[in-house]
Amino acid sequence: MKIESPINQDSTPVVFSAEMMAEINSVIAMFPEGKSKSALIRILHIVQTNYGWTSVPAMNTVAEILNIQPIEVYEVASFYTMFHLNPVGNYVFEVCRTGPCMIVGSDEIIAYIEEKLNVKVGGTTADGMFTLKTAECLGACGYAPVLQCQYKFHEHLTKEKVDEIIEAYRAASFVN
Amino acid sequence: MAGRKLLIENVHIPGIETFDVYRKNGGYASVEKALKKMTPDEVVEEVKKSGLRGRGGAGFPTGMKWSFLAKPEGVPRYLVCNADESEPGTFKDRYLMEKIPHLLIEGMITSSYALGANVSYIYIRGEFMYILHILEKAIAEARANGMLGKNIMGSGYDLDLVVAPGGGAYICGEETALLESLEGKRGNPRMKPPFPAVKGLWGCPTVVNNVETIAAVVPIVNNGGEEYAKIGIERSTGTKLISASGNLVRPGVYEIEMGVSVEEFIYGDDYCRGIANGKRLKACIPGGSSVPILPAHLVTKTAAGENRLMTYESLADGGFASGSMLGSGGFIVFDEDQCIVRNTYTFARFYAHESCGQCSPCREGTGWMEKVLHRLENGHGTMEDITLLEEINKKIEGNTICPLGDAAAWPVAAAIRHFREEFEWHVTHPAEAQTRNYGLIQPRVEEIKAL
Amino acid sequence: MIKVTIDDIEVEVEPGTSILNAARQIGGEVVPPAMCYYSKLPGTGGKCRTCLVEVAAGSTADPRPMPKLMASCSTAVMDGMIVKNKTSQRVHDNRGGVVEFLLINHPLDCPICDQAGECHLQDLGYEHGSAKTRYREERRTFDPIDIGNKIKLHMNRCILCYRCVHVANQLTDKRVHGVMHRGEHAEISTYIENAVDNDFSGNMIDVCPVGALTDKTFRFKSRVWFLKPMEAECACTKCSGKAVVWMFGNEIYRVTARKDKYGEVENIEDKTAWICNDCRFEKKDPSAWNITGPRKIDRHSVISQGKYATKIDKGLNKIG
Repeated sequence: MKIESPINQDSTPVVFSAEMMAEINSVIAMFPEGKSKSALIRILHIVQTNYGWTSVPAMNTVAEILNIQPIEVYEVASFYTMFHLNPVGNYVFEVCRTGPCMIVGSDEIIAYIEEKLNVKVGGTTADGMFTLKTAECLGACGYAPVLQCQYKFHEHLTKEKVDEIIEAYRAASFVN
Repeated sequence: MAGRKLLIENVHIPGIETFDVYRKNGGYASVEKALKKMTPDEVVEEVKKSGLRGRGGAGFPTGMKWSFLAKPEGVPRYLVCNADESEPGTFKDRYLMEKIPHLLIEGMITSSYALGANVSYIYIRGEFMYILHILEKAIAEARANGMLGKNIMGSGYDLDLVVAPGGGAYICGEETALLESLEGKRGNPRMKPPFPAVKGLWGCPTVVNNVETIAAVVPIVNNGGEEYAKIGIERSTGTKLISASGNLVRPGVYEIEMGVSVEEFIYGDDYCRGIANGKRLKACIPGGSSVPILPAHLVTKTAAGENRLMTYESLADGGFASGSMLGSGGFIVFDEDQCIVRNTYTFARFYAHESCGQCSPCREGTGWMEKVLHRLENGHGTMEDITLLEEINKKIEGNTICPLGDAAAWPVAAAIRHFREEFEWHVTHPAEAQTRNYGLIQPRVEEIKAL
Repeated sequence: MIKVTIDDIEVEVEPGTSILNAARQIGGEVVPPAMCYYSKLPGTGGKCRTCLVEVAAGSTADPRPMPKLMASCSTAVMDGMIVKNKTSQRVHDNRGGVVEFLLINHPLDCPICDQAGECHLQDLGYEHGSAKTRYREERRTFDPIDIGNKIKLHMNRCILCYRCVHVANQLTDKRVHGVMHRGEHAEISTYIENAVDNDFSGNMIDVCPVGALTDKTFRFKSRVWFLKPMEAECACTKCSGKAVVWMFGNEIYRVTARKDKYGEVENIEDKTAWICNDCRFEKKDPSAWNITGPRKIDRHSVISQGKYATKIDKGLNKIG
């Protein structure tokens, strides 16, 4: 549970880019005066999209922006499973393993990805490219087995499809 | 023969996700009708007449829920759409929002008008971020075309719509947890009373409705509540989206008329077309992971031998002893090779993972059940463990703040009730259980054949 | 005023009173136990589920029984309501279940826990617990940590009542600890290394129903039942200065607020007599206090069963 990363022990707020701030302010503007805390979850998504994970310094900046205590941000970020409290790879595979996915083979898919990427669930590949996680019901049961990477769904998974997905992400990353 | 479709009839029209195409195909007629020709109370009245029941799982009459909304002077009221679809086996709202987003926007406008809300929110699960963008695009289009904002269609009615994402938490589908989350907090369900109708979002009167419920308001206003109520049987009126998953030839989202037989739904050409790979039906969970599982012989027929129909009443026939629930319409089908113990374990793990941890029976009980089921599934369990599960169940059920405790307890109780020998097999055959031979019970297959 | 019957005893209470508070007005055995509700901290309650009671009749107007057991701390009484607490087997069974849930992950370290003797979970375990455990799995464990230089957090013992979070919200200007994660992984934490540093933070220790938050100045010094609780006062600019000093001979081992039989800090002159950290942690010299007399501990925990309590009650104190 505890976070080990040294970066987290540094509680100096980071400075968000002008683009991030514009996006954050537009989210805050969606809610009535004095209710800006409602923007918190979406702001955490913005932070994670920009930094890959939600670090303590970034969360402290969020607290400052919303004028709330940092612990309120940590409490929320740790409650919701989408927020990574530790650094992750460039691409995070979250493979659903709840009943409807399990009965059409999600266990085999997870095992195959573990073998293919040479990581265990929860781990990140040596090159820092992929992190493999499992997820509980992603709400795509009719298209199972399913994995989500960042915000994209990959459905009807087979071993061949997993190969293609991994290759596509590797290629995309290469272009970047 | 496929029944009438009121929600997703137009889904396959190219460009239906855009305002122009949607409008050309009769879209936003309910807004026009309600705002120009009806009072808010008349809209509520039509919804009452329609017999529409909440499509999120609980099946509470929508019109009645609306009429509970407190209307104190000078206090804003809110309509919040629950798009936190997370119940295992359920994916209909995602389909609807992705394919025909303007239907939800239209329903939100008409419903908000009925309730007197001037700002309404759609709370969508964080994993569906791509749909959030689809909805925001649809909202922008609707606003550009005068369907949102000030003085909509010259009626003097103002409405703004905001979409807010969650961050990954099933519990936020519980309406008070959803409201907490929408306020930017941890999704801990609130104590009730007060109910949201009195004290909801930011302490103001609030109605929380499921996506499909709000979408259904559109045909109800267009055709009248009485027309809507003509479809279906008894207190199950109208159409329902069913999310079919598991070992089916054609899983997916289907709009059914209430009252289609379960047999027709599983095997019919217009629906799921039977069990995949020529296998036999072993079990079915008809309403999302939290409702009781039914063994094959109770799926298509009730214990009394009557045809089981896709209605709230028929699926519940026999109570928990031999029935289940329509719930959210998450229809999960298991073929003869599936291991009920393993499936039950994944559900127990799901609920333990999704418990908010606020109240002790759920926090400790769901985690305990997960561990005991893990043991059983892996061949390390004992006969006492099966009894222990039943007892943990009883101590969770009804004793928690919110229904997640019940939702976690029911599937385990039902699985043991109907498949006890399979649990026992895992105890008596530890080696096979460990090698993940899924513990198919031969006698049960024989029994199914005999039917 | 409205009438409510609890375990066949009728009582008249103000409208809006909770079942639990109505029972407290009767007193004695009809009072359900409460691990998370704390009447002096608005917003607490509903979480532990130990105070569940059976409502046999909702009200005179609607005498139907309520199907589920209700959390008595957060259910308001209605005129004509009939409640069963100790007279209900269902309540007894389910409360036993809740106690079992609270204990599955709770360590059996009472022999080295400072809370032993005045622990609400001990009381509950004594009344409703089973002699043996059915939990075969490993307990969840955490390392004890300091939150602030005077408070120790033993997360292993925490039952997640949220009371300390409410103390931080309501008595201090800045909350630095809270509930992290969720489900059975939920924990009280500061998340990053952070000190709870505030004049009134020590009250978190007093509200903690178990030994999760303990006073570092008293840690391992003595069992509480060996100490004499004495009422004492001091001229304090920060708080009421009215406290209980726990003495051994002429030494003050620890200072706490004055707590009533439900373990709650007492109201003195209509104000909850929270004490400040100076009084609690710094004033261990008897000369700093005006000691006014012995303090009766009116709870059925180990302390009140000791010789000392019996002596001040002259044997009249009924042990629950």
